Amino acid sequence: MQNTFVQLAKNCKKDMSSFPVYKIAMLGDCSMEHLATAIKGHAYDFNLALEILDTGYNNILPCIMQADSNMYKFSPNAVLIYMCVEQLYIVWCATPENERITFAVSNFNNIQTIWAHISSQCVANIIQFTFAEYDDAVFGNRGCVQPEAFVYQLRKLNMLLIEGGPSYKNVFLVDLFGIQSRIGRDAMHDSKLYLASKIPIAISALPIIASSVVSILLALNGRVNKCIVLDLDNTIWGGVIGDDGLSGIEIGELGIGQAFSSLQLWLKELKNRGVLLAVCSKNNEDIAKKAFEKHNDMILALDDFAVFTANWEDKVTNIKRIQQTLNIGMDSIVFIDDSPFERSLVRSFLPDIIVPELPDDPAEYLNYLKKLNLFETISFSNEDKKRTEQYRAEAGRELLRIEYTDYDEYLKELKMTSCALPFDEYHVPRIAQLTQRSNQFNLRTVRYTESDIDIIKNDTELITFYFMLKDKLMDYGLVSVVILKNHGDGILFIDTWLMSCRVLKRGMEEFVINKVFETAKHHKYKKVVGEYIETQKNTMVKNIYEDLGFIRKKNNFFTANVAEYKYNKTFIKEYQNEEE
Amino acid sequence: MKKNEVIDKLTVVFRDVFDDNTMMLTETMLFKDIEGWDSLMHFTLISEIENAFNCKFKMSDLLRIKCVGDIISSICGERNGG
Repeated sequence: MQNTFVQLAKNCKKDMSSFPVYKIAMLGDCSMEHLATAIKGHAYDFNLALEILDTGYNNILPCIMQADSNMYKFSPNAVLIYMCVEQLYIVWCATPENERITFAVSNFNNIQTIWAHISSQCVANIIQFTFAEYDDAVFGNRGCVQPEAFVYQLRKLNMLLIEGGPSYKNVFLVDLFGIQSRIGRDAMHDSKLYLASKIPIAISALPIIASSVVSILLALNGRVNKCIVLDLDNTIWGGVIGDDGLSGIEIGELGIGQAFSSLQLWLKELKNRGVLLAVCSKNNEDIAKKAFEKHNDMILALDDFAVFTANWEDKVTNIKRIQQTLNIGMDSIVFIDDSPFERSLVRSFLPDIIVPELPDDPAEYLNYLKKLNLFETISFSNEDKKRTEQYRAEAGRELLRIEYTDYDEYLKELKMTSCALPFDEYHVPRIAQLTQRSNQFNLRTVRYTESDIDIIKNDTELITFYFMLKDKLMDYGLVSVVILKNHGDGILFIDTWLMSCRVLKRGMEEFVINKVFETAKHHKYKKVVGEYIETQKNTMVKNIYEDLGFIRKKNNFFTANVAEYKYNKTFIKEYQNEEE
Repeated sequence: MKKNEVIDKLTVVFRDVFDDNTMMLTETMLFKDIEGWDSLMHFTLISEIENAFNCKFKMSDLLRIKCVGDIISSICGERNGG
């Protein structure tokens, strides 16, 4: 399942010229050559070409202090900082006793200084490793409560990183401490490699660490898994509901039911974090639903699912339908099914979907799935918690739409209202998150971190808007983001326009673009210019500017005169103040 | 373990690490003469041999081993000693 280091090294030699490039500078107080190879090789498997600058052993300070250092010249997208616990321990031993109880604080301050220096010199994400656990066995068990002990200070330093990291919006932590607790110190570290050559990580532990780093890089590039499509029988309960009946399926105390209960608990946690759940089962719908409604030990409830599909059609067709209903990329869907037949069928027809090979024993399902780390995220906001509810309403709306023959009538009936407001402090996380997650309705796919959005918010050369939407069924929250830039000569350039796909085709596109022209007029611009930068995923918007009345120019640029612009039809009414 | 068995098994590891399916090992073969060998490869190779033979080299081996023969004697020595 996991590549070996040798395989990863071979990946590095393969052709990556068709992949998007992401530049990483690596800073460390140890030898990071192997780690760099492992990360690059692992990223290859996810179609991401990493260009890595290894700044060498112990070059952190010169790299960050000199404005003309190789690192800044490289203009990295991310700076990865690996400080090894072995080196930290050397520093500890040289620390006078009276300074030891502030060891964690002063080291954390040093690290913060590094972060601050980098952030002042370049716009890059910072990927900081936490420290691996290391017991110097000087105090025994007492070490974890004694402030004069290394173990105490080490754990405190990690805690400071954990607590302090998130206040820097461009800092992301790799949980090396957590990884070591899973694989063990002996698997993590090979003393002779470190002593002979300052290689802090055993070669065979590199793939798992590389995979953790790459998960973060993918998430930073908007590549996160958004939905789990679940089979039912023998996947989230034991037995077959259609054959065994309500009292015969194994969940809770019956048979091996605890194995399935623990899986359902985990799925529920993921749902609460904002991962969508959907059912795709070969069953009669009423029988399948009854299991959730009537079984006392069932942990998941019907309203935990954004879409519920139980019928006798093939799963490929059903999954496609689920994907269209939710309007998310196939490559952001994880399909979990106990049947090797269904797995291989789905895999062969839908090559982009993620299909874990489940182990035979249901007791191992959860452990196995957790190890895959499928649900990396670089942010978490209140919007995440409400996501299932929103998609459920949307899935319901898909059905409602079929009943209305006149689509305009239907839109009017929704009584939609929206407001456009300039970026504000409260919405910075959600705005940044949308720029990171939106792949389909995203004209230029420029990703911004929270700290970028902070800067943009205060830039007087820019006009910013976020759009809220609600209708009589529900509140969608923040659904669209626009950043407009003064390009001189009376030209207003659309630097960023993205929208949540949940609200497509109901007049929101028109509402947003009308607002852009209203603003252009207000500020006396003559022209509005938009650009479409094609990616693998955003072809849905390649003609949108033309559809909305722009004229196509060269190289996917589009222009429209403010004076001649005809306002696009929309049934969305504007309201002024955002009510929370 | 006999010497030729060790060589056969080592050949598999070397071919994998250096990504060369035609590689033939001789006892006198020096690492520094192998195409693609560098310090990165050296440690990778040592680690892969440890996995394949389920053995652990000593730190002194790490620095001493310069040719295929050194590895064989180290492995056979360890086996005999253990």
